[in-house]
Amino acid sequence: MNLDHLYQEVILDHYKHPQNKGLSVAKDVQVHHLNPSCGDELTLNLSMIEGIVSAVTWEGVGCSISMASASVMSGLLLGKSTDQAQIIFDSFLTLMQSKGTQSGDEEVLEDAVAFSGVSKYPARIKCALLAWMAYKDAALQIANRTA
Amino acid sequence: MTLNISAIKKDFPIFERSIRDGRKLIYLDSGATSQKPNVVIDAEGDFYRFRNAAVHRGAHQLAEEATDAYEGARAIVAHFLHADVDEIVFTKSATESLNLLCYAIGSAPLGNIFHLQAGDRIVVTEMEHHANLVPWQQLAKRTGCELVWFDVDSNGRLDLSNIDSLINDRTKIVALTHQSNVLGTINPLSEISKRTHEVGGLLVLDACQSVPHMAVDVTGLDIDFLAFSGHKALGPTGVGVLWGRSELLGQLPPFLFGGSMIETVTMTDSTWAPAPRKFEAGVPNMAQAVGLGAALQYLTKIGLDNIHEHEISLTGDLIAGLQDISHLKIFGPTDLHSRGGVVSFAVDGIHPHDLGQYLDSQGIAVRTGHHCAWPLNRKLGVAATTRASVYLYNEKSDIDALINGVIAAKNYFGVKA
Ligand SMILES: Cc1ncc(COP(=O)(O)O)c(C=O)c1O
Repeated sequence: MNLDHLYQEVILDHYKHPQNKGLSVAKDVQVHHLNPSCGDELTLNLSMIEGIVSAVTWEGVGCSISMASASVMSGLLLGKSTDQAQIIFDSFLTLMQSKGTQSGDEEVLEDAVAFSGVSKYPARIKCALLAWMAYKDAALQIANRTA
Repeated sequence: MTLNISAIKKDFPIFERSIRDGRKLIYLDSGATSQKPNVVIDAEGDFYRFRNAAVHRGAHQLAEEATDAYEGARAIVAHFLHADVDEIVFTKSATESLNLLCYAIGSAPLGNIFHLQAGDRIVVTEMEHHANLVPWQQLAKRTGCELVWFDVDSNGRLDLSNIDSLINDRTKIVALTHQSNVLGTINPLSEISKRTHEVGGLLVLDACQSVPHMAVDVTGLDIDFLAFSGHKALGPTGVGVLWGRSELLGQLPPFLFGGSMIETVTMTDSTWAPAPRKFEAGVPNMAQAVGLGAALQYLTKIGLDNIHEHEISLTGDLIAGLQDISHLKIFGPTDLHSRGGVVSFAVDGIHPHDLGQYLDSQGIAVRTGHHCAWPLNRKLGVAATTRASVYLYNEKSDIDALINGVIAAKNYFGVKA
């Protein structure tokens, strides 16, 4: 296994220059997720306007995979409808569970296909999913509130 | 005596395999679990192959031989710790040993020497593994006891300056680790045990990181209970030990109830077998206990003092090598006095997970994370660290590989040289 397949340029770039990092003052919900096996932590603020993701900001401490994933995800979901976001979420989850057999749909996942190598390292899948699970939790809370 | 590492390595079949596309395995994670020599694997396998039967039950030859093997293992453990054979309780792990103790103490009725009252004190330290913290913390909650702790100072040593106020007249239990699994610090027991016994308390020692690595003689330590896990001492998983002074085990109530631990049973009441049987309900992990016996014999043959000396020498090389790397911080004592072969560190700009992953690509196995000592990590001000730990099968070239690996990782992740 080649380490470069795991640490693709895109991941290291996002790690060093994260997007949407720093919590927004206003938010609809805030969630805090952690990975108890390694201590990685992430706080995510989510705002929706009429079913569209209007802001995703986050703050966290963790490895390059978890932090880059938060950065990529926040950029990807911004401006998407909840339905579109769900499709992206499902696609990313499928990619993470693929044990290295898939390379990811670039149309849907854009930069997030860079995480395809992670699926070969079982211990790192949770890192890549930390922010995504936080988003899912936050989106669900908003949905329950408006329902 | 210096150890013949290449001969020792041959006893451990795992070193015949390769890692990540043909790389040599450099195992620096014995603090989590040790590798197993053939004598242990064979002892466990041979129990199943030739002697398997439920111990302490049945009148047949196999049951007799199985019982002999199991009780023989108990005698080996007792000899290893310089204890009485009846003072050795087999459990499934150190975690279970400590929980057994906590639950048994928690159930001690009024009048029993172990009985705890609201307002009594349990003392731990800030450097405990969760296994020697959470059970006491929860026992304190259940009984209304106060949980207090020794702080860790900036050198990774216990701050004993407030020992007399911390261990006060209300103190019933002082539970601490012999050697920190994060910092490598070996704690000064005599001062703590003196004060504990002065106020009539009991001293419980988590010896998970010491018993496998140095000679531990319970008669010389002035302690009351001790726990360790077989799997960190070359033994199988699924077996641990609780040692307790026999007069204490005699009065400690049982924790798990069932077969083998009773003396008589009626529909409404029961009485207990004497210790250690009182604490070993059900058919125990027999093959694993036998494997542990083989492991301790193997360690004895090589010599615990030789092993300790070897590990300290490697630890010196490791610390010196890490100190030469810029933007790297070691957590824990950097002098070799009263410390063991566990070294935790952090590199600026590289998260431990990423460092561990890089080292893994070089065949080097280290531990990353909070090492089940979250409060200590918080005190150190880091979410996670990278930990290298050595054992008798490690050699200087393993240390060199780690140091080179860390330097190469800095290059790979493009952080300051
Ligand atoms: C100091 C210390 N105490 C307790 C334990 C728990 O051991 P086990 O998980 O084998 O029960 C460990 C293992 O990591 C340890 O290092």
